[in-house]
Amino acid sequence: MIKVRNLQYKVGTRKLVDDLSFEVKSGELLAVLGANGAGKSTLMKLLCREIQPSAGHILLHGVDLDSYKLAELARTRAVLSQHNTLSVSFVVEELVMMGRYPHFDQRPQEQDLKIVQQVMEETGILHLAGRDYNTLSGGEQQRVQLSRVLAQIYDTQKACLLLDEPTNGLDLLYQQQIMELARSLADRGFCVVCILHDINFASRFADKILMLKEGKKVAYGHPIEVISCENIHETFSIKVKLMPCEGYSCPLVVPATVGS
Amino acid sequence: MSKKNGLILLLLLIFLLVVVVLSSCIGAVRISFSELMSMFSYYTGLSNTARFQDQQAAVFLNIRLPRVVLGLLVGAALGVSGAVIQGLFRNPLAEPGLIGISAGATLFAVMMIVLELNFFRALLGALGAYALSIAAFIGAGLTTLIVYRIGMKNGKTNITSVLLAGIAINALAYSFIGLLTYMSTEAQLRNIVFWNLGSLGGASWTMVSTLLPFVLVPVLVLPFMAKALNAFALGEAQALHMGINIKRVKFLVIILATMAVGASVAVAGVIGFIGLIIPHILRMAFGADHRLIIPGSALLGAALLCLADLVARTLVAPAELPIGILTAIIGTPVFIYIIISERNKRHIP
Repeated sequence: MIKVRNLQYKVGTRKLVDDLSFEVKSGELLAVLGANGAGKSTLMKLLCREIQPSAGHILLHGVDLDSYKLAELARTRAVLSQHNTLSVSFVVEELVMMGRYPHFDQRPQEQDLKIVQQVMEETGILHLAGRDYNTLSGGEQQRVQLSRVLAQIYDTQKACLLLDEPTNGLDLLYQQQIMELARSLADRGFCVVCILHDINFASRFADKILMLKEGKKVAYGHPIEVISCENIHETFSIKVKLMPCEGYSCPLVVPATVGS
Repeated sequence: MSKKNGLILLLLLIFLLVVVVLSSCIGAVRISFSELMSMFSYYTGLSNTARFQDQQAAVFLNIRLPRVVLGLLVGAALGVSGAVIQGLFRNPLAEPGLIGISAGATLFAVMMIVLELNFFRALLGALGAYALSIAAFIGAGLTTLIVYRIGMKNGKTNITSVLLAGIAINALAYSFIGLLTYMSTEAQLRNIVFWNLGSLGGASWTMVSTLLPFVLVPVLVLPFMAKALNAFALGEAQALHMGINIKRVKFLVIILATMAVGASVAVAGVIGFIGLIIPHILRMAFGADHRLIIPGSALLGAALLCLADLVARTLVAPAELPIGILTAIIGTPVFIYIIISERNKRHIP
């Protein structure tokens, strides 16, 4: 589980992340929402220890993030970044195997080979195994990257998964598939943090939502508590309507038309 | 996957051995294969009968063999450095020359030839014939250090800044080289030109033994960076997320590549295109896995440079072509072919 206490990140005098506290338990999916420049990506970088906080703490399974060794951290949490371009092309299977790098020294073990196969099956990319990554479509590439990330923590109990806009640039089917996969991973006991743009996706798949504006917390809690016209207006500066939706406890968010 | 890599490396090694035998046999003094084998068994103590002429043995041991070995070392150094530099900079067009290694070495060598400063004279007194090599090596190290420092901010290396700094330092170094060339006398000019074109002529066992550690350490250590450089292909942040110590990888790769290339430029002058093309050929044929590309580039670089030197010294015999010219003449069309075929490959959906 991830526990964040009074987290702050400053560049000069500007606070990109300002006094954030929240926690994500194992088995939970936290969606982070916010406008562009709200500090979502900075928060993500802090969570994956790419940058150091100016103040506050991040605890991973009760231990300060800083005290993890690099390889140990890599076996505990995996990160799917927003931009994934390859400088030289790899075959899909080799790329997924890279996820196992923290687990073996020079040669992959039997366990690694097995996990790579399992993960590819689970994400539905087994038929792409021998393909050249650079010849795949955007949706296929994203699924391959997700498989790689998943392979990294597949056999770790209560691992953490950090996803930075995993549905970006994908069509509706792939968006849905990726989110369903993220949800199923949370249900399996992973602790998942996911930056999203789609509020309805967030309320549909997440256990908790964190809304950010200018690095500060606007709202944090269960979707049903957080999704309100006021919060959304505060976060995104847009006017919306809430519409009850059959079968869901949380209402759908739709743009309010001009003049209404 | 690794079985396939092992087989490819074995084939490359066999190719290398064939090239070594060819280079040993062909030349001004001809040595047949059976004579070569006889020399081998005679000098390794396997046999007491010498079925070859003394003159052949003298030429082989004192002139040809050191030249072949020097070619192997320089080729391996250039190949392996090209492979890791391309991997580190995530740019298949990168080569050791791009971050100023060759330019720095050349600048210092030219300074040494033209300026005859007290510092260099003292160096010459202390080191004799090696002074030029040492000066070139210092130059390579210094420019790389400057480029690396410019590219560094808050303890982090920005690869793009390093590349841009490399271009700037290259331009600066070459303008100084131009200035020095302009100032030089006729004799100095010939010396500079010869050095700039690259040559394995004048190879000796002492040159080989000076170069050996500078090439052997990188060639043995760099293959262990293979996993890390594979991860770098995804991006620096992604490599970090995968538990790679990116700071250490960057430092080691740059230091070891400078060591190998600086030392080989120092003994053989500037030999272009080997570092750029060898990794490309391997990637096109066998994929991008650095576990194959790094050791494979060392083997193929050694073999091809040795082969190029064989051509350079036999094509216009008894004269010699500068090997740097030869590698550029062969290398450029190959490179253009690679660019075109890669471009075409990208368009297949």
